[in-house]
Amino acid sequence: MGDPILSVHNLVGGYGKMTILNGTTFAVPQATITTIIGPNGAGKSTVFKTIFGLLKLREGKISFAGRDVTNLSQRALLNAGICYVPQGRNIFPELSVRHNIELGGVSAGKGLDLPKRIEAALDLFPALRRKSTQQASTLSGGEQKQLEIARSLLLEPKLVLIDEPSIGLSPLMVQQTFDILKSLRDRGVTILMIEQNARSALEISDIGIVLELGQTRMIDGAKRILKDPRIGQLFLGGAMEDNAA
Amino acid sequence: MTGFAKPLKIALGLVVIAGLIVIPTNFNRYGLFILSQWAVMTIAAMGLNLTLGYAGQVSLAQGAFVGIGAYAAAIMTTHGWPLPAAIVVAIALSFAVGWVLGYPALRVQHHYLAFVTLAFSTLAFLVFRNESWLTGGIYGISNIPRPHIFGLATNKPLPFYYVCLGSLAIVSLAVWWLIRSPWGRAFMALRENPLRAQSLGIDTRRYTLMAFAIGSALGGVAGALYAPLTQYIDPVPFNLSLSLDLLMMVIVGGAGFFLGPFLGAMIAVLLPEWLRFTEGYYLMLYAVAVMLLLIWSPTGILGILDRYLAERRTKTASALRAVAKSRLETVQ
Repeated sequence: MGDPILSVHNLVGGYGKMTILNGTTFAVPQATITTIIGPNGAGKSTVFKTIFGLLKLREGKISFAGRDVTNLSQRALLNAGICYVPQGRNIFPELSVRHNIELGGVSAGKGLDLPKRIEAALDLFPALRRKSTQQASTLSGGEQKQLEIARSLLLEPKLVLIDEPSIGLSPLMVQQTFDILKSLRDRGVTILMIEQNARSALEISDIGIVLELGQTRMIDGAKRILKDPRIGQLFLGGAMEDNAA
Repeated sequence: MTGFAKPLKIALGLVVIAGLIVIPTNFNRYGLFILSQWAVMTIAAMGLNLTLGYAGQVSLAQGAFVGIGAYAAAIMTTHGWPLPAAIVVAIALSFAVGWVLGYPALRVQHHYLAFVTLAFSTLAFLVFRNESWLTGGIYGISNIPRPHIFGLATNKPLPFYYVCLGSLAIVSLAVWWLIRSPWGRAFMALRENPLRAQSLGIDTRRYTLMAFAIGSALGGVAGALYAPLTQYIDPVPFNLSLSLDLLMMVIVGGAGFFLGPFLGAMIAVLLPEWLRFTEGYYLMLYAVAVMLLLIWSPTGILGILDRYLAERRTKTASALRAVAKSRLETVQ
């Protein structure tokens, strides 16, 4: 496993007076898929929002590639190499597929060869290339998720924060989306994912992180977490125990 | 069809432009005044279309910015300044005030924001009316001169109409460029979903302020042309009803469509004149026509066209899928 590209240390934060993160601490090795699992309200999405500067931290430190990136602006984080794909549908339905991808480069400086980057992103997703002039609202659910990922890759990020990529997708589309994430990992991109569909996500992951009540309960190899009966009982609907039997 | 549609659009555009240049040479003084007013109001509505239609920020203050521009131009040109200088000041002033007005939009949205901008509109009207040392109060400012452009006087209605039309052309090109630039896309992203926009690194705070400032600046340009057009201004034309008229122009034409303000201003400025033959009923007919249009198409006139084109695209896509499927079955 490579050196950590992202380290979060003792994060404390939340919404208004409500504290969600109570000292969350973990590290994400480079070029891996790391999945955060945990029950509802564990603070999974809140961790992403704080890493991406959408929620101000009260305490704690976030380091990325050896640099302190705590509470930086989204623009600065994107330029540093972190991108964020929020939960749900995040396309701009009225714009064309190409224009949606173009938006991924809004924060880039003038030195970026945007047309070249767009072509490179479309090379990775042939279905999107075929429909590049179509309105994004006409894409299927899986294609829309591909579009979000393609857009996030425009700035050639080192770390992709992806929140619930499988939500609302058919099993086949989930598999396709996970295949894309695996191929990104194989190309050296680090993926940090939150997923309710914990079993499928851990199967393609290298590392698993278990969050509960805003604290890190466990960090281990994804396969070991999958086999841990306590985790199975707590977060995987008890299926692990059935398998063990 | 797509290859044919673009030259057709260009040809149609050129015909309309040629018509706007040539046909008014036969118009009388009043006809030219109305057409000039259409050009001026289109500029103001284009500004509101940027703020509301593209960036999704509700504003009931556009009329106040037309007023700010008009007073800036009236005060400066009656003191001997040339109109182009007055337009620059009107743009700068409206931009700065619009930027400040954008701050409430960072905290409140939708109808709450509408009320904030409505309050600003009332405040601006009170300044125009009460600060008579500057604005002439209820007596207004008269004898506003029309400019000399490249040494040519524009006192007569036709030359000044061309000043308004030329200004509209310049503003249209600038707005066309803006909405196709990354800025325009960022405005649209802001309108669609601020969180998504933020996740792409769009500084939603800055773009919200810019949406107000640029839209307001175009209101200022319209005002700076309105003053020499009427050659007399007082506070009444810049009260809340102008803001509501401009809002109607944007909604009726089609908010978020480039050509929406052109059509909306045509409906708001020209339609009442065309209905004058009905004498006492013309305003009633006008109101009914607008109500029916919005019931039929809440997305405005261009919304109808957009809906038609979307249906046609869907039909074409279905036909192509059917052909592909039948070919596949033949091969199998």
